[in-house]
Amino acid sequence: MFGLKGDWSLEVKDRYFTLEDYCGSVPRWCTGCGDHGILAAVHRVCRDAQLRPEKTVAVSGIGCSSRLPHYMKTYGFHGLHGRALPVACGIKSRRPDLDIWVATGDGDCFSIGAAHWVHAMRYNMDLTMLVFDNGIYGLTKKQTSPTTPMEVPTNTHPSGSLLPPLNPLTVTLAVTNVSFVAQIVDWNAQLRHQVIKMAHEHKGTGFVRIIQRCPVYVESIGKTLQEEPARMQLLTHENGVQVDDSVKRLFPNHAEHDPSDLAAALTIAADTSALPLGILYRNPDAPRYDEISATGLDMSVDERIAGLNQAFDHFAI
Amino acid sequence: MSGTQTSGETRYLYKRDRTWWVKLAVPRQLRKVLGYDLRRSLHTQDIDEAREARWEAIDEMRSEIEKAKAEHAAVGEDETKARKTDGPQQISEHIVEIVSDSGEGAQKCGQILGLVSGKMGNGVWTVEIIPAEIQPPARERQGASGIRVRLGSQYVTNMGNQANLVVGFNEQVLYSRIANGAYQKGTVVLLESMWAEDPDEKVREQYQDALTDFYAQGLVVYELPIQKECLKLVEDPRKGKNMFVLGMLCHIYSRDVDKAKEEIANTFRKKGDKVIGINHQLFDAGYAFARDNIDYQFEIPPAHDKRLENAIVVNGNQAAGLGVMAAGIELVAMYPITPATSASHYLAEDFHLTGGFVHQAEDEIAAIGFAIGASYAGQTACTITSGPGMALKTEMVGLAVMAEIPLVIIDVQRGGPSTGLPTKIEQGDLLSSLYGAQGDSQKVVIAAATIEECLHFVSLARKLAESFRTPVIILTDANLATGVQPIPRPIVTEDWFPPPLDQSAWDENVAPYDWDETTGLSERPIPGMRNGEYILTGLAHNRNSKIAYDTASNQEGMNMRSRKMTALGATLKPPEVYGDDSGDLLVIGWGSTLGAIEEAVDLARAEGKSVSSLHLRFLSPMEPGLTEIFERFRKVMTIELNYSDDPEFPMITKENRRYSQLAHVLRAHTLMDIDCWSIVPGHPLSPGRIGKVINEHLEKIGGTH
Repeated sequence: MFGLKGDWSLEVKDRYFTLEDYCGSVPRWCTGCGDHGILAAVHRVCRDAQLRPEKTVAVSGIGCSSRLPHYMKTYGFHGLHGRALPVACGIKSRRPDLDIWVATGDGDCFSIGAAHWVHAMRYNMDLTMLVFDNGIYGLTKKQTSPTTPMEVPTNTHPSGSLLPPLNPLTVTLAVTNVSFVAQIVDWNAQLRHQVIKMAHEHKGTGFVRIIQRCPVYVESIGKTLQEEPARMQLLTHENGVQVDDSVKRLFPNHAEHDPSDLAAALTIAADTSALPLGILYRNPDAPRYDEISATGLDMSVDERIAGLNQAFDHFAI
Repeated sequence: MSGTQTSGETRYLYKRDRTWWVKLAVPRQLRKVLGYDLRRSLHTQDIDEAREARWEAIDEMRSEIEKAKAEHAAVGEDETKARKTDGPQQISEHIVEIVSDSGEGAQKCGQILGLVSGKMGNGVWTVEIIPAEIQPPARERQGASGIRVRLGSQYVTNMGNQANLVVGFNEQVLYSRIANGAYQKGTVVLLESMWAEDPDEKVREQYQDALTDFYAQGLVVYELPIQKECLKLVEDPRKGKNMFVLGMLCHIYSRDVDKAKEEIANTFRKKGDKVIGINHQLFDAGYAFARDNIDYQFEIPPAHDKRLENAIVVNGNQAAGLGVMAAGIELVAMYPITPATSASHYLAEDFHLTGGFVHQAEDEIAAIGFAIGASYAGQTACTITSGPGMALKTEMVGLAVMAEIPLVIIDVQRGGPSTGLPTKIEQGDLLSSLYGAQGDSQKVVIAAATIEECLHFVSLARKLAESFRTPVIILTDANLATGVQPIPRPIVTEDWFPPPLDQSAWDENVAPYDWDETTGLSERPIPGMRNGEYILTGLAHNRNSKIAYDTASNQEGMNMRSRKMTALGATLKPPEVYGDDSGDLLVIGWGSTLGAIEEAVDLARAEGKSVSSLHLRFLSPMEPGLTEIFERFRKVMTIELNYSDDPEFPMITKENRRYSQLAHVLRAHTLMDIDCWSIVPGHPLSPGRIGKVINEHLEKIGGTH
């Protein structure tokens, strides 16, 4: 299948991939931008999993986040604003052998691409979906995004957003067939790496909302959180993310939460007094549309000709 | 017609001073001569006697009306010739319509008539008459639902002109057909007569008024107790009446009864033997009813056309679906939209036979995005939609142009703008297909002119998309989508299918956009190919697919993408002129008007007129040699089904006139004064209408007559 050489397993052994093998162009994100750390985590997870670069595709929309594919040395698809998910799903549907990463942002995913976000969660195709949520439109220079806090002034709402911010976690958790929902902040390397790794290993859509700093336009959002770790709550459980004590000390609020408990996850997500960090929900058994839609991939030309003639027979006179 | 005798307890009868009288409406054009209606006293007070006696009186009055008609107006001739006593009359073609309220199965009836005729070797074209609503109220003039079947002894390429024979399940639905010019003087109407005795007085009045109107139009109406006959067999004739009518029509047109019954069995196979049995009974009853009560019988000899010998009978959307499979496409991503969706309905049934999958996306944008994703990853993909969906997809089309992603897009056009006319035909998406995306979005646009082309153009499009690394739009329309015709069954060979997914290593010295300077062509790396890793982007980029906003890179990218179209154009041959290759008038068309235009041209040429036609399949890039062809004609004009300003309207000048879409393009393309005639009626153009336009334009230039 897919023209693989018979000796491919040997080939894998022969090749060992270093971080270098996943690093594309030099990132052009601003200094201090949280995206750098996320990119580093992605490179590391790819390396740890020894993904073959030619079998890896990074798909994105438009926005600061969506520059990520350019900084990968894999295949990449930097498409249209809001439309990373349909493209990613289309790739995965007919190429189950490819490892798909989706990089999107709060504007790209929660606003212009909201329809695809909801439906992609329901499709639950096997891909890793990272939402870089900095609470602002950065690339177009500081417009209100769906997750901009009310007190933050922007160029479109100089007195602050007119409406309370959207809660991406409750929306995502509420979609039928959702299978993996996690939340992290960009500034803790261990948590970041562990959660992205789990999202990648998850068979289904691994949704990770990453609260990400934009020091240029909305420095206050990240800063307040960094200064007040009490506003966050680390979710702990034997089936959740495993971090060492240094991380636990950084985030002093802990809550024991079983990631298989969807109702509890929704309650935690709805409580905006403390931002949950870690795995909110995981269900490895949810149906996957990539498995459902990858039909007939190994059909030979002869079988196809026979099938076509059978189809013509249905209309023969 | 003796069918009337079994119906109506008090039909045509009324009481005056206890005596029974009979009354018959007079057609409008004869009212000056005969008055509003004719009346006769039956000289009896006994209803049974009156019932018995009325027929003689009615026959007398009818002959009086016929006599007056003959003297005062031209009437149809057809029906007077086909007396059964002389055996079935041989005719070369007939157009039949079955019109009903929605849900009465008229379409199924016509489809089977068409199929049986196709199997008997006739040329056939059927087209559905579709109301815009799913279930419009009963007996509503705009609610006409039904089917037109054109049967011929030649290969039939279009829906033809006015109908010869119509079966009306009620009289109201015929009004919209009359308004569309579907009937003419002499068209025979076999009309369900149950409404004459409807408990609702209003309905009875409507029915009588309609009869008067139909007579006035010169329609030859025969009232038949179809419902009553069906009630002898079934409790609810709303289901089943269509098979009774099919039986009638099969007798009238001497159709093969066994073939018809076989098709009925096929139709109801899923519902079981009992349902098949009942429908066979209804068919037999209709057949016998026509035999015993209808004086006419026709025979349409087979066409003996090679195209019908090993044929498949399909509509344009089924043809497109088969085309998708025949092209080796393995993914169709779509969102439901009329009139395109039935192509996906068909694929949902059979696509697995060739290993394909129909993805119903969350919206039109996601549908094309999904297809683009699969195509980027090296698999063959297609999206099927109609005008509103095309509008939503344009940003993605622009991406596919910019990033050079092969993609087949089928646009089954309907009326626009906006939601427009969902079920009806228009050729309004040409300009938006050519130009409707961000910036300079050069792409391939082809238009299928026949149902057969709906099938073969998908293969063509798939190959062009891959060879030229571009999206290809196939334009079809609601006329092709719902028109049913026997077409030659394709002989499938291996080369119809794309080669298996190439995963061999990429030469790392070759850029992902290694444009050939002359043709703009390049090979693309497919994910999975080692050393081919590149980041596709919708931003301006250089050969290495690196974002490049500089002047030189942007200019080069534009040049290369445009050069691909030039290179493709250079491989095309000049189109063939239908008729003489020089003369007074050249009519240019595109899309589904082909059959009607050529039939009109044939007729005009038979009358000695100097008319030819030209039908374009490639609209981007344009087929070559057009200027040279156009120069050989005194006048060149397009005939299209989209909007153009009427040049006679006082405010319209030569300068501000908006031309129909192809004319607009051709004027720019050739710098020649190309005229146009176009309308937006929502239904297909008939050869008769086109013939009239040809004559008018010939007159204007003083052409041959």
